[in-house]
Parts: sequence; structure tokens; C-alpha cells
Amino acid sequence: MRSVFNLSFRYKIPLWGSLLIVTATLAVSTALIVQSYDDLRSDLVSSSASLGRTLAKTLFSAMIQEEVWQAFAIIRAPLHEQADDKLVQPEMILALDQHERVFVSSDPKSVPMLTDIRKHDDEFARLAEMIVAKPGPDAPIIDLSGARRFYAAVPVAEEGARLGTLVIVYSNEVFLPRFRAGAWRGAAIGLLVLAVLLPINWYWGQRTAAPLVALARSADDVARGALLAPPPGTYPYGDELGRLFDAYGVMVKSLHEKTLLEEEMIRSERLAAIGRLSAGIAHEINNPLGGMLVALANFKRRYEGDERAGKTVAILERGLAQIRDTVSAMLVDAKVKGRDFAPHDLEDVRLLLAGEAHKESVGIDVECGLSEPVALPATLVRQILLNLLLNAIHASPAATGVHCSVQFAERQLLIKTTNSGNAIAPGLMDRLFEPFVSGNEEGHGLGLWVTYQIVTQLGGQITADSQDGLTQFRVALPVGETNA
Amino acid sequence: MKLKRILGVFAALLAFSAVAADERSTPVRIGLTPTFPHDQYRPLEKWRLYMERKLHRPVEFTRRDRYIETMDLLRLKKLDFAWICDYPYVHFRKQVKLLAVPVHKGRPTYRSYLIVPASDKTTKSILDLKDKVFAYTDPYSNTGYLAPRFDLQQAGADPARYFHKTFFAWSHRRVLESVATGLADGGAISSHVWDTLSIGKPELTRAARVAAKSSDYGFAPFVAQVSVSDDKFHAMQKLLLEMTADEEGRALLRELNLDGFIVGDKRLYEPTERIIKAVGEK
Repeated sequence: MRSVFNLSFRYKIPLWGSLLIVTATLAVSTALIVQSYDDLRSDLVSSSASLGRTLAKTLFSAMIQEEVWQAFAIIRAPLHEQADDKLVQPEMILALDQHERVFVSSDPKSVPMLTDIRKHDDEFARLAEMIVAKPGPDAPIIDLSGARRFYAAVPVAEEGARLGTLVIVYSNEVFLPRFRAGAWRGAAIGLLVLAVLLPINWYWGQRTAAPLVALARSADDVARGALLAPPPGTYPYGDELGRLFDAYGVMVKSLHEKTLLEEEMIRSERLAAIGRLSAGIAHEINNPLGGMLVALANFKRRYEGDERAGKTVAILERGLAQIRDTVSAMLVDAKVKGRDFAPHDLEDVRLLLAGEAHKESVGIDVECGLSEPVALPATLVRQILLNLLLNAIHASPAATGVHCSVQFAERQLLIKTTNSGNAIAPGLMDRLFEPFVSGNEEGHGLGLWVTYQIVTQLGGQITADSQDGLTQFRVALPVGETNA
Repeated sequence: MKLKRILGVFAALLAFSAVAADERSTPVRIGLTPTFPHDQYRPLEKWRLYMERKLHRPVEFTRRDRYIETMDLLRLKKLDFAWICDYPYVHFRKQVKLLAVPVHKGRPTYRSYLIVPASDKTTKSILDLKDKVFAYTDPYSNTGYLAPRFDLQQAGADPARYFHKTFFAWSHRRVLESVATGLADGGAISSHVWDTLSIGKPELTRAARVAAKSSDYGFAPFVAQVSVSDDKFHAMQKLLLEMTADEEGRALLRELNLDGFIVGDKRLYEPTERIIKAVGEK
């Protein structure tokens, strides 16, 4: 039984519907059949009552005059009618005298004159008892209980004086086929109703179950980690199910956002940890490095002439200088104070990059939405722009363009760079802002990391998006009061 | 005086012509009884129209199931002629005149047939039907009542107690139907009706069997009411006797299953008279 309840709604809804339809149809068909039985019975009662009363009236004079032939003709008359309606055709009609003996019968061969019907058979004996027990001249007695035949007994009487009894005998054999025909009609109507309703029910059940099934599948997917809501329009109605779909969509969306947020937090924390670590290391290196460079300068000044020593010192000096460059690149200090970033800074950046762009045969298209300075340190914003645009120029194929737009909106400076060319690989995307991660062979992989550090230290956000052959970086920097 | 006589003659002529005219327009009234299958409307209607053409005056048929009713109508002069049974003819001889006797199978006689249901293979005489249900035709029928009772009496039985139950079916045909359906175990009918129905209604005669046949009796006669005028009597007698002369008459006789009619003789009915006396019904 449990396994039935475990079935998919796709089967359960149509099955329950079918069960209801079959039950209802059975009930209606049974009612029709019972109704037809009742109709037949009341037909039988009323037709036999009216026939009995008519015959009894005419039979009275024949019986009182002992006119056997006349009585015979009277009771045979209804049997000679070629009626289509076989039910009203009795099997036999008997006229009984006061002692329940046959005065005349319509079938004298089986029930001859003067037979005592008690001796004829058991059913007649029971009938005789009922006739004796109910001598009143009122409506006919119909005995239907378990007998092979139905009987209608009408007194042959005038003004209360009873001369005998008229008995109309109906055979079950004419009654049953009629009843069966009625029952078949009921059953056929039932089957027809089923033939129409069951497919409709099946279709409706499938239709009703389909969105539930889709929802369940989607929930399974979510449980497995694929945070995808069913596509919009799976169930476009405003009923409870529709509201469930909406709520489910909202839930999946917020789950998705939460996951993204978590990933973002993890990434930022990792980057922050790396930043702290590298800044710590850089400081630790920077202090002795400064001393070493000063010592080397002193040494160079005092020991002039030793060519070999001079070469060695030069090697040391270049190496230390490279270390210093690297370390200073890792030491991003956003606390540097300076003038505010102004529209002409953007023009400077364009001029600075013009040579490089020419070398790579890439055009630069700069869109400036600024009309006055914004309260952000010009040096740092210029560095962000330089880093992003240099990357863009190097990533662009020849004879394409790099687009840069700088806007001020909602107390934020929005920088957007766009270039075409190869997309950033998905594996690289996650670690894009980590140090020494590079998309090409040439760079040392610190440019984006430095940019990220600056943006983060300025309280802003940087995102990268690479699809359909376009790579886009967006930077949003919150703007404080201008240093006017 | 002369004028008076002339006027008298004139008045008499007028009266006579009025009577003659009246005679021609008053219908001839003929009573029919179940001595032959008198309930067949179509052939009898043809016979009536045939009579009207031959007599040049209207003819009315009056059908009554019971012989005594037809005899009453004759006595009350409500009928001019009637086709009755030989028993009432003999019994009420003073009230009627013999008009014509039908001829069947070349003879002016018929018999009483004892019939039983076809399923009864054993009965050979009326004596085999003791304590059974017996159907008579009419208390004034010879072949359907008197003859079987005569047979019982001859055998020393009391006809009033011999059977368990008897009833009158009021026609030969209905006696046959009673026996054929099993309502009665036996019955007595005229041989002429049996022969006629065995042609017209073979399904009825097939369901029954002739168990015994009586001796010959004078055929159920056509009679005239005693006061019928001679002209009327002769015209009617002539019509019946001459039916064989034309094709239409012969066709009608075929339908009545008769050869024709003869004048007949009272002596023909002596056997009937004998059994009436014997049974003591007179």
C-alpha cells in the first residue's frame, strides 16, 4: 500500500481521479439499474392492476352466469394481443371461484378447469393462502418474493360481494430480459462516461503533475548543488502552485547569491591574507634592503679602480634594485595623500599609453564623463587606469580597439575597460587578483593584484567578466568630499 | 253511384300500389344461427347482396348466438326466414314452415361429431369421457347437444351426471376451439361445421380429433315464419334452389361449403324427432 503512496504525482493524480470517476460512474450506473428495476416493477403493478380491474369487472357477469366460454374469451383476450411490450403480456390468467378452484384458465392444458390451485404447485398454494388471508375487494396483491412468477390477484366482486378471484400470472422470463436490457443500458451509459472521462482525467492529471514534477526535479538538482530555478514560464499561473514556484525561484536566487557572496568573501579574505603576508614580507625585506643599497653605494664610492669588484658590485646592485622594484610594487600604500583625480588625468593616461598602443597596433577610445575633480587620490586612480588599460592593450589582437569609460554616478567613480580577444580561462578567473598570476608570458602577474589592493584599500570593488570575445573590468570607487 | 264505384276502384288501386310499394321497400329479414359459421362477415355480406339483387328488395341478416333467441324472433314475427338447427325446427314445428334443406356432399343430412383434443389418442366414444369436462353447443342444438346426450342415454348413463362439468359454448366453432385449447376434454359439433372449418381454419381442426360420428340427421334447415306471404316464401325458396344456376351463386355455395339447396321433406327429420322423444326433451 505504501508503495502506491510513493508513486509519482504523474501517476497518483490520474489514478486517484480515475478511482473517483469509476466509483462515481458505478454509483450512477447502479442507481440507473435500480431505477429501471423499480420502473419495471411499478409498470408491472400499475398495468396488471388496471388490466385486472378491467377484466374482473367483465368477468363478474360471466362467472355469476356460469358462462365458461365467455369467461374463457374474456381472460384470453389480453393474451391474444400482439403487443411489442412483452412485459404487459401475462403468461397466464386464471379465474378462481370462492374456494380457490379454477373456474377457467387461459391455459387449460396446464391448469384445467376445477383444479384446486393449492394442489397445482407450491407457488399457487402460497398465493391461495394470501388470497384467503386478504379477502378485501381492494388493490391487487403482488407477490414477488423469490417466486418464478409474479402474481396479481384482483377480487371478482360486486358491491363487496366476492364471487372469486382473478389471478394474472407474469413470468420472470419476460420480466428479466427487460430488466437486463435496462441494466445493459445503464452499464453502457457508464462505459461511455468512463470512455470520455478517463482520458480527460489522465490528461488533466498529467498536466497538473507536470509542474510539481519539474519542481521536485529542480529541488533534487538544488540539493545536488546546481542552484538553478525552473525556467520562468514553467507554471505561468497565479494559483497556490504558481506562488510556490515564485517563492521557490526567490529561494533559489537568494541561495545562489549567498553562495556567490560566500565565495567572494573567501576570495577577498584569501586576497587580504595574501596582501597582509606579502606586505609584511615586503616590509621585512625593505628595511635590510635599504641598508644594503646604502652600503653598496658607500662601497662603490670608496673602492674605485678594482674593475672586477666593481662588476660584482654592479651585479649585486642590479639584483637588489630588482628586489626593491618587486617589493615596492607589492607595497601598496593607499594612505598617500595628494591632489584629487581630475578630468585631465584621464587625458594624461591616454597620452602615456599612446606609444605602447601604437606598438601593438591597438586603438584607444577613452570616454570621459567627468566635468570636475573627484575626491579620490589622483596617483592611485591613474595607476588603476594604467594597469587595466595596459593589460587590455596587451590582451587585444592587432587592429582592434580598447574602450575605457570613466563616469561619476551616485557618489561613485565608475571605471570600465573593455577589450576583445581571447577570453580569460575559467580556472584563471577565480585567482585573477592573486599575485604572480598572469594571463601572458611577459607580465610578472602583479598588475591586477596591485590594482585590487588599491581598489580594496580605497573601499571600492573590482569585477572581471569575460564572455563572447569581450573582456570587461569594472571598478567602482566610493567618493568622499572633494579636497577643494 | 257509378262515380262512387269508380272512386272506390281508384282508392283500392291506390291502396294496393301503396301496399306493393311498401312490400318492395320493406326488407326481408333473415335470421342466422351458429348452425353454420355465421360469424364470417365478408362471405355472408356477399350472400346478402346477392339476395337483394335477386329479390329486388333489401335483405337484412340478424345474427343471434342462441337458437332460442332466433326462435323467439320468429315467433314475434321479427324475422321472415331463418337458418336454424333441425332440433328447434322439429321442436317448434308449429311456428315455422320448411323452406329449403341444404345439401352437403350430395346429401341433405349431417351428423354429430364427438371431438376430443388431438393429444387425446385413446377416446373412442363419449363413454370414455366420464367425469371429464364436456362442451355442448346450445341446448337447442341436435348435433351439439341432443345427439351426444342420446348416445349416453342409450348406453344407460345419466347425461346430467355423467360429466364432471359441462358448459355451453354457444356455437359449433367455439366448441371446437374449447376442445382444441384444452378447455374441454370433449365436445360435440356438426359434421358440416367441422368440414367447413377444416378447409377454412385447418389449425383449429388439426388441434382436435373426431373420436366418434353419429348416424345421419336431417340437415339444419332454412325455415319460414308461418305467416310469411306465399309470394315471399316462393321468391325466397326459388332464390335458394336456383343458386346453383349461376356462377355467383355457385361461388357463394362453395364458400358456405354446400352443394346447394333442395325443397326437402318433413320425413327427413324423423330421426331427430325420434331422439327428441327418446331423450325426453320434448
